[in-house]
Amino acid sequence: MKKSSNLFENLVHGVFLILGLVTIACVLIISLYLIVSGIPAILEIGLVDFLFGTQWASTAAEPKYGILPFILTSIYGTFGAIVLGVPIGVLTAIYLSKLASESVKNIMGQMVSILAGIPSVVYGLVGMMVLVPGLRKLFNIPDGASLMAAIVVLAVMILPSIIKMSVTALDAVPGDYEDASLALGATPEETYFRVSLPAAKSGIAASVVLGVGRAIGEAMAVMMVAGNAPNMPDSLFQSVRFLTTAIASEMSYSSGLQRQALFSIALVLFLFIMLINALLNFFLKGEKKG
Amino acid sequence: MISNRRKLFLWTVRGLMSLATSLTGLLTLFLVGYVLIRGIPNVSWELLSTSPSYLSDRIGILPDILNTIYIIIATLVIVLPLGVGAAVYLTEYASNKRIVGIIEYAAEALSGIPSIIYGLVGMLIFSNNMGTCLMAGALTLVIMNLPVIMRNTQESLKTVPQAYREGAFGLGAGKWRVIRTVVLPGCVDGVVTGCILSVGRILGESAALLFTAGFAHVANGFIEGLSSAGATLTVALYVYAKEQGEFEVAFAIAAILMILSLLINLSATMVTKKFQRRNQ
Amino acid sequence: MKPIITAKDLCLWYGQSQALKNIDIDIPECSITALIGPSGCGKSTFLKTLNRMNDLIPGVKITGTVKYNGTDIFAQDVNLLRKEVGMVFQKPNPFPMSIYDNVAYGPRTHGIRSKARLDEIVEQSLKDTAIWDEVKDRLKKNALGLSGGQQQRLCIARALAVQPQVLLMDEPTSALDPISTLKIEELASKLKEKYTIVIVTHNMQQALRISDRTAFFLLGELVEYGDTDQIFSNPADQRTNDYVTGRFG
Repeated sequence: MKKSSNLFENLVHGVFLILGLVTIACVLIISLYLIVSGIPAILEIGLVDFLFGTQWASTAAEPKYGILPFILTSIYGTFGAIVLGVPIGVLTAIYLSKLASESVKNIMGQMVSILAGIPSVVYGLVGMMVLVPGLRKLFNIPDGASLMAAIVVLAVMILPSIIKMSVTALDAVPGDYEDASLALGATPEETYFRVSLPAAKSGIAASVVLGVGRAIGEAMAVMMVAGNAPNMPDSLFQSVRFLTTAIASEMSYSSGLQRQALFSIALVLFLFIMLINALLNFFLKGEKKG
Repeated sequence: MISNRRKLFLWTVRGLMSLATSLTGLLTLFLVGYVLIRGIPNVSWELLSTSPSYLSDRIGILPDILNTIYIIIATLVIVLPLGVGAAVYLTEYASNKRIVGIIEYAAEALSGIPSIIYGLVGMLIFSNNMGTCLMAGALTLVIMNLPVIMRNTQESLKTVPQAYREGAFGLGAGKWRVIRTVVLPGCVDGVVTGCILSVGRILGESAALLFTAGFAHVANGFIEGLSSAGATLTVALYVYAKEQGEFEVAFAIAAILMILSLLINLSATMVTKKFQRRNQ
Repeated sequence: MKPIITAKDLCLWYGQSQALKNIDIDIPECSITALIGPSGCGKSTFLKTLNRMNDLIPGVKITGTVKYNGTDIFAQDVNLLRKEVGMVFQKPNPFPMSIYDNVAYGPRTHGIRSKARLDEIVEQSLKDTAIWDEVKDRLKKNALGLSGGQQQRLCIARALAVQPQVLLMDEPTSALDPISTLKIEELASKLKEKYTIVIVTHNMQQALRISDRTAFFLLGELVEYGDTDQIFSNPADQRTNDYVTGRFG
């Protein structure tokens, strides 16, 4: 009796252990698949030519597989989205965390959740139908589908995570700090910017890094507004292709080396994301330590 | 009075904060309003209840609706035991801090991977073996949603008072019995919240499905549907807007997605509130 | 001695409940005034009214007048009032920044930009609070690395750096060990040459050791106010007598 129940308990323990390890297995399998399928094309093309080649012409008679345009576009696009989105997000977060009345806080909290829940294809659609023609008219350019359009869409898409995480970080700043600042004759605004904001800096930094991750990984919305020509991003108003959209736009009809090169792009993107994750962890740990 | 320089700072930051906050609010209202206004007039019973047909030059999104429902069901059925089980392991069994750390790190890594990469890997692992079909898409989504279910369950397991467990152990119950009778019922709120969030993510997902589930528009039954290629609503929106230029249909789908995502938000808020009240 | 703070008929409500009832008090310049009384008697509330920290709490209503140097504090700019009437809190609360930046925070807020001037203020304030020798080699280090007693003296230095006239102390030693407490008490006794100090304390011995005047609060009323020696040796009110002899509270 005793023995059989022990056996049973051990069995249950084993089952749960396996379920717990599924997560790790998934990460390993994904990494493994990306490395195994991403390496061959890089070897064939040559690492330097692949990463630093400025020309992508995968379907030409003499194909060129340089992904520098995609890398730079992804970096510029993400950077632009951060420059546009972070100030708006952090200012909103300070207002909501410190100054807003309870009802404004609730309503805006709902708004931010709604913004976070909108599917990326819907962002893409609105971008296509409103932003792209708008940019064309505003700047008098032949086509509004451009790096600029992608930056604006990405800035809006990262806004909710920046606001939410920053509000959490700002809410966690001990009231003691703020009291001390007010008691020195600082105004509430001075207090929130000079004391609360620095005190919440690792949480806010983490929100920015999270935003970077979102922006660099977004595919569909960008695909619908960026124009998708594999140009070097020399101007804000040029049609460009991101790392993500490079994969998405050719995958369905690719074959051979072209297809393998797409996997290599995914590997590069994956490495970027892993780097960002490590950074995020670093800031979150700083947050926990205070 | 305070110096002019300080007053300038005060008014500048007040102005900037109001500007940023109202911009965020107005942007949300604009997005929701614009999509609903352009989309709802195009939603008709015919659109919702038929399949597209070139013969009669008609577009219907019934197959896409069905596909979305199928893929949500299939994903949840598979991911729930996995996610809840992993959470139970972490909070109830794992005694080794390192393993807990590694599993949590892996979950974080999973939630940081962009969906296009999931799409690619899903294609390599699932579609290349079982063909492009809803099931391949669902399996891809399972991996994506694993961290969501796991984390929410874990959070609510942590709120189950230790005294309950001790009480049950004190009565001579075995570990599995304690988990089944005391621990699992205590984490229902986390599981429900996790499910709602997952449904939201599945509903909005497109990049991971393009190359795994495909984009056919054929209305099928559940079992048949899972084994054949099909577009969900988001994928259909993308195809209609980007490839076919059918903007009216695209906006109709966008409006439906918008309403569903508002409903999901609402229910997530309500569920959280309800469980919070109960826990207090 | 001439009074620097005068409260007349001061009443304060938190929503429906009245926390201060018709307080009349004159606080003399360059002295230490101790506010004593059991928990919830209104002494901290009264203290926080003096630099309007209560303004931050929603639902607070105040009637009556409080004058600082002859002007109504509620008619004044609150930020300038707080510059004149500084505050030290129960729990040491240095900002999570360097020691230097902590002390320089106030002067910078009030518009001092010159590095030389700031250096001078920081050094003087830290010397005034007898912590200079302990921290002069690590001014750029984070203030949270200091011990509790050092943190509290740093907070006092931070308050002094804006050159206030009055220093309000809300049980400044209740979170500290006996030796740190003694240091703060010595510091307070020294500071009263230049500053007016109002201190809330739960510790009878502390009030007796350092204060010149003592005010006894009970249930929102100012029961008795007089020279410390008189309050402790020969109180006029029976309730004061009961409290200072330890019969309740």
